[in-house]
Amino acid sequence: MSTQPAVISDANITWELPSRGRVGMFCLISAESAIFTIFVVAYLFYVGKSLTGPMPKDVLHAPIFFTICLLSSSLTIHLAVKSLKRAKVGSFALWWFFTLALGATFLFGTAREWHHLIYDEGLTIQTNLFGTTYYSLVGLHAFHVTVGLLAITTVLLFALFGFVRQEHAERVDVLALYWHFVDAVWVVVFTVVYVIGR
Amino acid sequence: MATDAISTFRPDTVSLPLVARLHDWVTTVDHKRLGILYILYSLVFLIIGGIEATIMRIQLIRPHNNFVSPDVFNRMFTMHGTTMIFFVVMPMLFGFANYFLPLMIGARDMAFPRLNAFSFWLTAFGGILLYFSFLGANGLYGAGNAPDVGWFAYAPLTSRTFSLGHSTDFWTFSLLVSGFGSIGTAINIIATVFSLRCPGMTLAKMPLFAWLNLVMAVLVVLAVSPLSAAQIMLAVDRYLGGHFFDTQAGGSAVIWMHFFWIFGHPEVYVLVIPAFAFVSEIVPVFSRKAIFGYSVMVAATVCIAFISMSVWAHHMFTVGMTANVNTFFVLSTMAIAVPTGIKIFNWLATMWGGKIHFKTPMLFCIGFLFQFLIAGLTGIMLSAAPFTWHLGNSYFVVAHFHYVIVGAILFATFGAFYYWFPKMSGKMYNETLGKLHFWLFLIGFHLTFDFMHIPGLLGMPRRIYTYEPGRGWDTLNLIVTIGVFFQAAGILVFVANLLWSYFHGDTAGSDPWDAWTLEWSTSSPPPVYNFAIIPVVRSRRPLWDLKHPEDPDWKYE
Repeated sequence: MSTQPAVISDANITWELPSRGRVGMFCLISAESAIFTIFVVAYLFYVGKSLTGPMPKDVLHAPIFFTICLLSSSLTIHLAVKSLKRAKVGSFALWWFFTLALGATFLFGTAREWHHLIYDEGLTIQTNLFGTTYYSLVGLHAFHVTVGLLAITTVLLFALFGFVRQEHAERVDVLALYWHFVDAVWVVVFTVVYVIGR
Repeated sequence: MATDAISTFRPDTVSLPLVARLHDWVTTVDHKRLGILYILYSLVFLIIGGIEATIMRIQLIRPHNNFVSPDVFNRMFTMHGTTMIFFVVMPMLFGFANYFLPLMIGARDMAFPRLNAFSFWLTAFGGILLYFSFLGANGLYGAGNAPDVGWFAYAPLTSRTFSLGHSTDFWTFSLLVSGFGSIGTAINIIATVFSLRCPGMTLAKMPLFAWLNLVMAVLVVLAVSPLSAAQIMLAVDRYLGGHFFDTQAGGSAVIWMHFFWIFGHPEVYVLVIPAFAFVSEIVPVFSRKAIFGYSVMVAATVCIAFISMSVWAHHMFTVGMTANVNTFFVLSTMAIAVPTGIKIFNWLATMWGGKIHFKTPMLFCIGFLFQFLIAGLTGIMLSAAPFTWHLGNSYFVVAHFHYVIVGAILFATFGAFYYWFPKMSGKMYNETLGKLHFWLFLIGFHLTFDFMHIPGLLGMPRRIYTYEPGRGWDTLNLIVTIGVFFQAAGILVFVANLLWSYFHGDTAGSDPWDAWTLEWSTSSPPPVYNFAIIPVVRSRRPLWDLKHPEDPDWKYE
């Protein structure tokens, strides 16, 4: 019996498989979607079940401007990756910086909203079910935005020191996938918290 | 051949001092070493979880026994369940997946080797965190040590009011940490299967082991994540004063049940599908036939995974749901028996007319087949809501799911141990000790878990630390406990066999079973890089093609 670990078959075939980075990121996005689903279900289940105020309709105002900021950052990151694929590193860095700025603006919006709710309206995570579910869901999203911004900042620093080149486009694209996911989740969170839940 | 010199090459770590060798193991990103770490780690916890089970059974050996206090008993069943699910079976299955998946698909490592190491250490530290509770969970309150809320930790037992100290927090955070480890490993498995298959290995030519582990990984991604979300909510409740499961503030205890079992039921299939994978590899080799109905096996597995997402509330029939909800979950639960039955018939058809070799791995697989069938039948009984109204939370349920987890999953895993031990260690195990292990464990298993059904039918609830004499439970509980000692003896023989064979066993050679999948084409144990030359395959049994060039499989597939 042969034991050599050599070629099993010498058939000539063309062989191409998907990139592991993209597959891995899609899996991570699936896992994250499952986590968000549970938080969204909890939010919807507890809408209107708070025993005490403040209630969502009294204190929540849809953050239209900051939502526009976050959603347009999807466009800028797409343009950044597109530039990198065409080896335009300068234009990549510029679009990448815009993405960072828009994301940071969104995070500032969340912080401002929370400050208002806590200090002006007296709503904390302990106040009632609305507070618990609201801060958990929006906080979970803000946490993901923060992680994304840290990653984007890291890449921006690399880019500024000249370490990001055309051959890194695929890796940057994987990060962009994550960022698109964070934006898409905001559409769901926005609908649930500011449209249905109010 | 030139490649022989390469494949028998050993990295000269053997001559290194002990500290350097340990350092190599701790810092390794090699999928084979991580696989072995996973398996050894799960074996340690298997012993610990087994000791906890033994303590419970000694307490229940006769009525009004005082072996342990009720508080200790509560901790034992909580720790036993949590340990066995999260720190024994899952790591063990991940260990086998880690070790053999890249070998079977002709890859040199997993897709993300460092993520792989990170996931293992997360799981490992999760287990250590859980057991640190024995020392650290008292907190300032002096309120008990290890978690004692049961492995599904229903609200409101987990609220601050009823669980002072930190025992529940240790439970929450250890499962959160190890859950992230599991998700990391699952992502790794999926990416490996999709991105690292060797040339020629289309999805339809993968070994069933790879297919089933892929399905398992998808289930982990979709099922463990909800558990992580629920644990985060529980932590918010306990640390930040949230009200998710706080009925006093309008929260719901039932929604915890839903969130837990949305994880909990697919989890059963996360555990059993890799066991199916082992059986699907072992049964053909020891029947000397190709697997019967390959594509149907794949379809049935995917079908099981799909249905398993919509059966969770059959754990909650006694909670009191509406008739429509009950009906839905009764029917979906019964439906899952169909693809499962298909699989059983496929394994039987693989054996049918085959030249069966009754080696230890095959014995365990045959044990698996019969026991899994009975476990499935009691499962169908329990899927009928009115039946569960009578027997929910009784020893009948305990016997049923131990039939699945011990009778099916553990038996298949023992089969996998014996089947792949020659590949992992390069040594043959001792066949006599292996058979002794099988028979001891088989007798012990049936003494314990066959007889456990009856006190359940007679109304004995689970999780009671003692019982009154004269209810007809006494003799049965005695028999159940006696079975545990047979099982423990079997485990001792098993560990002794592994140790003895590792040091003194015969050299196995690269392909002791005359098997057909790629892991047997490289040396035992495989070199760090697995394959000197990446293989190219044309059929599901590449080694058959190699050994029988006059009649290769690819002519028929």
